[in-house]
Amino acid sequence: MKTILTTSALALIAPMALADEIRVLNWQGYGTDLDWAIAAFTEATGHTVVHDYFNSEQEMLTKLRTNPGAFDVVLINSAFTPQAQGEGLLAPIDAAKVPNLADIDPALATNQDLNPGGALYGVPWTWGLTSMAVSTVDFPDGPPNSLDVFWDPEFKGRVSIRDDALEAVQFAALASGRNINDIGIDDLDAIKAELTDLMPQIATFWSAETDWNQNMAAGQFAVATYWSGSAARSISEGLPVEFVVPVEGAIGWLDGLSIPASSTKQDAAHAFIDWMIDPEFYVRWETEGAPATSNTAAAAALPEDSFNRKVLGDPEVVARVQFMRPVADETREAYLALWQELKAAQ
Amino acid sequence: MTGAERLRALGHLAPAYLWLTLAVFLPLSAMAFFSLLTDVPFGTREWSFTFRNYADALTNPTYATLLWKSVRLAFWVTLWCLILGFPCAWVLARMLQGRTREALFLLVILPFWSNSLVRIFSWAIVLRGNGVLDQAAGSILPGVRLNLMFSESAIIIGLVHSYLPYVILTCYLSLQAIDETLIEAARSLGARWPRILWRLVLPLALPGLIAGAVLVFVPVVGSFMEPRLLGGRVGTTYGTLIEDQFIAVFNWPLGAALSFILLAVVLVILAAASPALRKAAA
Repeated sequence: MKTILTTSALALIAPMALADEIRVLNWQGYGTDLDWAIAAFTEATGHTVVHDYFNSEQEMLTKLRTNPGAFDVVLINSAFTPQAQGEGLLAPIDAAKVPNLADIDPALATNQDLNPGGALYGVPWTWGLTSMAVSTVDFPDGPPNSLDVFWDPEFKGRVSIRDDALEAVQFAALASGRNINDIGIDDLDAIKAELTDLMPQIATFWSAETDWNQNMAAGQFAVATYWSGSAARSISEGLPVEFVVPVEGAIGWLDGLSIPASSTKQDAAHAFIDWMIDPEFYVRWETEGAPATSNTAAAAALPEDSFNRKVLGDPEVVARVQFMRPVADETREAYLALWQELKAAQ
Repeated sequence: MTGAERLRALGHLAPAYLWLTLAVFLPLSAMAFFSLLTDVPFGTREWSFTFRNYADALTNPTYATLLWKSVRLAFWVTLWCLILGFPCAWVLARMLQGRTREALFLLVILPFWSNSLVRIFSWAIVLRGNGVLDQAAGSILPGVRLNLMFSESAIIIGLVHSYLPYVILTCYLSLQAIDETLIEAARSLGARWPRILWRLVLPLALPGLIAGAVLVFVPVVGSFMEPRLLGGRVGTTYGTLIEDQFIAVFNWPLGAALSFILLAVVLVILAAASPALRKAAA
């Protein structure tokens, strides 16, 4: 009896005694700072959460470098995780302290950029795609399943891609069956030829969600590249479009949650990350407009007709995605020169 | 000028020149400085002085193509503004009086009061396939499709609309100033209208025409927003190029060098036009 009393008393006191204040570094309004989510976390663990924000990946890296010990959890896009780890800014994740890690899609958990040096430095959290969306008015018998449709003469003048050099080059690489992260000099010539053929098909280049939606609503576009999160919003607003992940695959981005090496509250940080990938958290966040989850159990817990389950919840789709790797400045400039040359020739 | 007068003149000039120094001279100097660097001098980045940005900008054929395209666009927009604006200014200045003139003037200036983006998007609604113009043409002549959106014509239509008021206003001022008795004298000597227009009105209105042309040409040659929104695929201009360097690749030095080359080209064109300007002013 005495033992039971002591244990319950300890159980009551323990969370209080170990309660830490953790500091999270993220984009503002991106999931971790939802009031209800923080309240639930504090209630369950006793830890409190304070946020700091960044406006660019460079700013995030600068904050990590110049403020050791100031942050306990940081959101890092997988294309930047190797750089942060290489500079010694991150601590490896202790899988034993993140039970929900077991449900993470293996394709994401083994992502090479989140595992620099063979250990996990970023827990896959959310991801999204750049793929294609088609107008259901133009494709009444169901959407096409190949990117070849962009080059189809039937849709001349009704095609659009985004005005972005990196995305244009990676899109052409994808369409021609190449690895978007490994484009050599010879490939670049072939990609240029592909894009040269594509140019006359294009009505205009889109630059933002609003002009994409306008052109789609006006019937100007029949098929265009699009982002998964934006497509989900357009569909929920009633636009007659369908988002397709074609046989060639799609371009993916992946955000992970990492723990700085300088964090003094490792246990609380692991607990927070575990909560962030918990299906209970994600299912509620999804109703407020979340990107796709990395947790297969969370995707399976979504309603049948939800975009993130129907279109992106299939592990077979994830397997076709080519996640963007770090891009060197010189590569970026070479792509821009190619893209500008193509646009100037119009 | 006496000392006191000079002091008073200085007092009147100081606010404007102080403002010009702050708003024009300083940013331009900063850009001139950037254009000579190897990298932006922010944070811990290494930088040194170089002329490479100018060499790159001048030897890249893509940039030359786009510069020529922008100059050509500015030429056509300016020409159309003059063709449309001059007769309009003539009617306003010489043929109308009182209330009617005020009302028509208001209509000329009205576009100035709306945001330029709103104007461009309105044109998009009119010009696009299945848009206002297309449907109107289709209802008058069945089967006719008129989709001007995303073409060079759309860019010129949008830009002419945006900049036409400048030409009308400058021409109006110079036409207003022409002495009516000169025209009457010419007519009494037997000159017909084409001759009066060519030998009398046009030369006297030249300052207004040139001022209007300059006011249109200079901003249009650097424009990038209207061409992109209305031109779509064909809407890449020299201005887009500069914007890309600043925003897409964070290469401020090259962007600044490209801007100064554009400034130089504009100054050369203005210098070429200056004999006419001086003659008109005399």
